[in-house]
Amino acid sequence: MSRLKKLYESTILDHNKNPRNFRVISPCSNSSHGKNPLCGDDYFVFLDIKEGIIEDISFHGSGCAISMSSGSLMTTHLKGKTVDYAYQNKDVFLKMVSKDMTSEEKKILGKLSVFEGVKDYPVRVKCAALVWRALEDALGKNKGEISTE
Amino acid sequence: MLTVDEIRKDFPILSRKINGKQYAYLDNTTTTHKPLSVIKTMTDFLKKENSSVNRGVYYLSQKATARCEETREKVQRFINAKREEEVVFTKGTTEAINLVATSFGSTLKKGDEVIITEMEHHANIVPWQQVCLSQGAIFKVIPFSDSGMLDQEAFDRLLSHKTKIVAITHCSNVLGTINSIKKMVEKAHKYGAKVLIDGAQAIQHLPIDVQDLDCDFYCFSGHKLYGPTGIGILYGKYELLSMMPPYQTGGDMIDIVTFEKTTFKETPYKFEAGTSAIVEIIGLGATIDYLENIGYETITLLEVPLLEYAMSELKQIEGISIYGSAAKRAGIISFNIDGVHAHDAGTIFDDEGVALRVGHHCAQPIMTHFGIPATIRASIGFYNTKEEIDKFIIGVKKIKEFFK
Ligand SMILES: Cc1ncc(COP(=O)(O)O)c(C=O)c1O
Repeated sequence: MSRLKKLYESTILDHNKNPRNFRVISPCSNSSHGKNPLCGDDYFVFLDIKEGIIEDISFHGSGCAISMSSGSLMTTHLKGKTVDYAYQNKDVFLKMVSKDMTSEEKKILGKLSVFEGVKDYPVRVKCAALVWRALEDALGKNKGEISTE
Repeated sequence: MLTVDEIRKDFPILSRKINGKQYAYLDNTTTTHKPLSVIKTMTDFLKKENSSVNRGVYYLSQKATARCEETREKVQRFINAKREEEVVFTKGTTEAINLVATSFGSTLKKGDEVIITEMEHHANIVPWQQVCLSQGAIFKVIPFSDSGMLDQEAFDRLLSHKTKIVAITHCSNVLGTINSIKKMVEKAHKYGAKVLIDGAQAIQHLPIDVQDLDCDFYCFSGHKLYGPTGIGILYGKYELLSMMPPYQTGGDMIDIVTFEKTTFKETPYKFEAGTSAIVEIIGLGATIDYLENIGYETITLLEVPLLEYAMSELKQIEGISIYGSAAKRAGIISFNIDGVHAHDAGTIFDDEGVALRVGHHCAQPIMTHFGIPATIRASIGFYNTKEEIDKFIIGVKKIKEFFK
């Protein structure tokens, strides 16, 4: 598979075209606004957390195929899971897009491992990471704003 | 007339393969490649003549000083300035604008007005915005139309006796528009306002005659003119530079220093604090020799057909939005492909061996105007070929296919 086809894996292209959980949750318990000023990626992440469980999660905004599909797959992956699980996945995901993973880590991420190809494109790492950084920020405090540059 | 094949021999980087790929370099707005004569002049100086300027009494230092002054003379001739003292060496366009915004800007009073345009590079926005904040001056903006033309009637309405300075780009680095500078200078002068022209994107395409334009300041960068980075020019009318306070202070720009008081040299030296970018200044001299040898007529004859070809090919592809369609324009094409983010397109162009830029191009207000986060920008230099444009167009088609 070519490097490019690996980056734009078919799941990624699909989630870019039809992003899941692409909506605003209002009111919500936690949210954050993430931006990549250089390329203009701009997303909000919304969470509704009750007793440590992510009951609902969504994202909204605009950006490239990598950031859009990352938001779609992240929200799909975390809905109904615990906050601890979200933190753990965030760490593994951020490791995956820049370094090699162990098979155990790969198992944790499941479908999210389609983003493995990103590590061959250092300039695109921040695209894949943006919604996860916003998630981290949203989990840490109730409302915030982050920039990855 | 020199042919493009002959010219390309002067730019060895154009035939370099990276990962087995030969790139079509269409990012000339960001920076241009340097011809062998410039590279050789700079390395020869470092090998045989290196020393500092304005300090030593020994042979090499005097020689280096003379060579820097020779560049000043060449620049004077190149832009038709009246006197050598009107040519100040800076780091680049950004520093030249900051110099004027800080030094001339210090004379602004509360309620004075500064006018810029909506199509400026951040380098010609932020320094003015900041000086307006610190001086209590009012910051005004001439809008442009969707076709990329400045609204001249709005300019007429904004101008008044309160206007102290008007800062305009000669050529937009996103839209490609070449603005009617001469007419705008004339209008501004009727109100006694001074005019600064950001020439960073114009001087590589058009011959510049600062006396004919009658602008008060003109700024450009060496590296966008097929010359070195780290060197740029501020042209300013002698009467203005003479009355303006220094920008930075320190060595080389002083006359006499005591702990009670310091007196400064005259222009241009009072604006050139510290050791200059000597190698780059000498390299800029060689750049001007090179360009004068090619000639602007040849540059136009090489670039214009490429621009027209690229535009007509691009317009035949469905689902392309092109930003800027001014009749007078340089070889800068900004566009988007429907349903594809510019950043994704950039990655695929790279894979195809086409080097161009995606993003906001340091002109966020232009992105805001069109309500878009970014554009793809292809920009043409005189060394580009029709085959490179074809490669670019094939790239556009592949991207459409990829994301369909
Ligand atoms: C229109 C314009 N002005 C100013 C600049 C800044 O030039 P430099 O970075 O060389 O100072 C640029 C560079 O992109 C430009 O295109």
